[in-house]
Amino acid sequence: MTVLQVRDLRVAIGETPIVRGLDFSVDRGQTLGIVGESGSGKSLTVLAATGLIDAPGRRVTGSSVLRATPDAAGVELVGASDRVLRSVHGDAVGFVFQDPSTSLNPYLSVGRQIAESLETHRGLSRRAAHTRAIALLEAVGIPDPASRVDAYPHQFSGGQRQRVMIAIALACDPALLVADEPTTALDVTTQAQIIELVQQLQHDRGTAVVWISHDLGVIGQVADEVLVLRHGEAVEQRPLVEVYADPQHAYTKELLAARPRVVAGAGPAPEPTAAPLLEVAGLDVRFAVQTPAGRRTVHAVDDVSFTVRRGTTLALVGESGSGKSTIANALTGLVAPHAGTATLADAEGTGVRDALRAKRRERRRIAMVFQDPFASIDPRRTVADAIAEPLRVHRLGGATAASRAARVRELLELVDLDPAFAERYPHELSGGQRQRVSIARALALEPELVILDEATASLDVSVQARVLALLRRLQVEQRLTYLFIAHDLAIVQQMSHDVVVLRGGKVVEAAPAAELFAHPREEYTRALLAAVPPDGPRARA
Amino acid sequence: MSVSEPPVSVAAPRSRVRAWRLLASNPLTVAAAIVLAVVVLASMLAPWIAPYGVNQIDVANALTSPSPAHWFGTDELGRDVLSRVLLAGSTSLTIAVSAVAIALVLGLVLGVVAGFAGGWVDAALMRIVDVMFAFPVLLLALAIIAIFQPGMLTTTIAIGVVYTPIFARVARASTLSLRTAPFVQVSRTMGTPAASILRRHVLPNIGGPIIVQTSLSLAFAILSEAALSFLGLGIQPPAPSWGGMLFTAQGFLAQAWWMSVFPGAAIFVTALAFNLFGDGLRDGLDPRQRTIIEARHGQRRRERAAAALRRDMTDREASR
Repeated sequence: MTVLQVRDLRVAIGETPIVRGLDFSVDRGQTLGIVGESGSGKSLTVLAATGLIDAPGRRVTGSSVLRATPDAAGVELVGASDRVLRSVHGDAVGFVFQDPSTSLNPYLSVGRQIAESLETHRGLSRRAAHTRAIALLEAVGIPDPASRVDAYPHQFSGGQRQRVMIAIALACDPALLVADEPTTALDVTTQAQIIELVQQLQHDRGTAVVWISHDLGVIGQVADEVLVLRHGEAVEQRPLVEVYADPQHAYTKELLAARPRVVAGAGPAPEPTAAPLLEVAGLDVRFAVQTPAGRRTVHAVDDVSFTVRRGTTLALVGESGSGKSTIANALTGLVAPHAGTATLADAEGTGVRDALRAKRRERRRIAMVFQDPFASIDPRRTVADAIAEPLRVHRLGGATAASRAARVRELLELVDLDPAFAERYPHELSGGQRQRVSIARALALEPELVILDEATASLDVSVQARVLALLRRLQVEQRLTYLFIAHDLAIVQQMSHDVVVLRGGKVVEAAPAAELFAHPREEYTRALLAAVPPDGPRARA
Repeated sequence: MSVSEPPVSVAAPRSRVRAWRLLASNPLTVAAAIVLAVVVLASMLAPWIAPYGVNQIDVANALTSPSPAHWFGTDELGRDVLSRVLLAGSTSLTIAVSAVAIALVLGLVLGVVAGFAGGWVDAALMRIVDVMFAFPVLLLALAIIAIFQPGMLTTTIAIGVVYTPIFARVARASTLSLRTAPFVQVSRTMGTPAASILRRHVLPNIGGPIIVQTSLSLAFAILSEAALSFLGLGIQPPAPSWGGMLFTAQGFLAQAWWMSVFPGAAIFVTALAFNLFGDGLRDGLDPRQRTIIEARHGQRRRERAAAALRRDMTDREASR
């Protein structure tokens, strides 16, 4: 039975067409995966098809018919009145969005938020809705639901919040569940759990699911049919197994190749002879946090030691809260360490200096690339200004403005950007282009060590693959040393010579990459490895 | 938004539109600039263009309504209102602009330093600002003027000091959010000195709210000066100021509307022009707005070119 039938859906914002005529349908108990890069129109497609679209100047045409039960009349959602949409949303259609930390109201207990739609659509009493909320929390795997139902969103972890979001979406037993990048903001192990949860709930309830993701690897785990979207057009729309086995369109092939996966024997060739560049010993970082209950000390990094060898990449892997970014911040002087030393070998390899307590002016030897390409470049200054800043500060690249400008052009070419980008402002660039600018800016320092703090985590998979390739090429050409911080083991394997796995501020396992991926010693490392979406599509029961 | 990007995007060389062209593309900003220019020019040239002397008393013609001889009418002593509005302009504008300049500089320094330094520096500076804030505006100004001699300079300083906390608050709030912004963090990791970070990254990014606050404060400063003059503590009569004239006119509201309407209109028009010009300036300085305006420009130019081409072709066809 078809739950949602969409025909010739078109969306335009003002004069700009965003979605250019899509046809798709989802059957009961089936999952449609919509995959595409940011800007491909995948979110707008689903928002328009469910009547939730709220962009100013929008024009939606076409048809989208929702049939909640086999004998019910279809409801046209495109151009429906607010009244009709209100009766459908939260009842026949449930939504799960990307960021669980902002989609929940911090001032209401999760029980109240789950009960809301039950009271509105099902007319349940407050008490009955409360009882049902407990049952729903249990269904989505929240431990001890009877007491947790009265807790507030901040008392849940990110993964648990997403589970709560799913409980809200499923409260009224919807015929259709829309999941818009529901696992993108989550850790890998949590992502695997959420995927499993949605599939189990779908199996029990027969819900039709539309799952949006930029990662074909995730879609491969969940979908029965795949719609590959590019510039608002379907370039490929076929059953998942066929797409994996025999991708037709070049773009699909690119997405398939770009998806992060762990492959035996992949990764850079080991360099056993490389000399140590940075030796971190007994690093310990504590934060004093002001809470309503008084000051509390958070032990973010607890006695961490590792060695980065010249010309190689050391990866720090861990989930959120593992202290991996704090280590980077301590190395670049953004936070003061409680104890520990970091010694950076001199160019000759003889003398050593303490990097943790170096003066600002001497911080040139370690450069850092941050995660968020949108926030890490000053929006008011041109690309040339951004890249020239380290040149000016450290008097590199010549004394005159002209010689600095020449150096900026050189750096832009180094990261595969047209030198004409120098005069552009950051908002005129895409995420991948901005991250290239960030890399160029880091290289302007002529550093010995480059810290890449989740530098590709917020990029689309295909863009991520290209930026990673650039980083590998630069490492070889410029003899760069990387400290590569990531949560995704698949990209870690592509990049690293050595791996340190962190959890709760402590080192769990440290080993050469080839050894760690072949024979993980620790349970936690194995769990991380298992959470990476496997190579092929998941066989559906 | 990242649309799929080729490794090397060829960026067509684009000439950046100059800042003044951007300002000129907004008709409201142009109108505001013209009005401001006229007001400033008229105030500066007042001694030569005013038809009567500023204190030329003509009791026989007191409280006459607007006429060809007296365009804006006369006041209770028979002085020409037009001449007084013109001559008062320079006083009112000078006080407003200098007072806001004082407040801007003091407030910006206090706020940015407090916001960027954080910790006890922030706490100490902001408590001082809070104390200043706790006094009602006029009371604080009165206290300052009571200590020193009333006069133009004292009035200017008093208004400037009184407006400082507002600027300090705005600057601190904006700086505080920028302090932890990743692009500022990046600069720190590169070893950029704090002064350079403040100048190159913080100041341009807090410009928007500061410009809006400046244009609002200019309007309010004119009114504050008016209130102080009314209390006899600002500009001393018989020297004219717009505020002083307005408050004198209060006693004659029923008999002579022109005494209050014309100085009031001068304040209103000037204040509005300041505000509109401030808004235009804020948009013109924001690179994101610039792109939008530039795109619109380019489109218009292309359309014009296409229209010209069409006209050309039809002309040629017609001549054939």
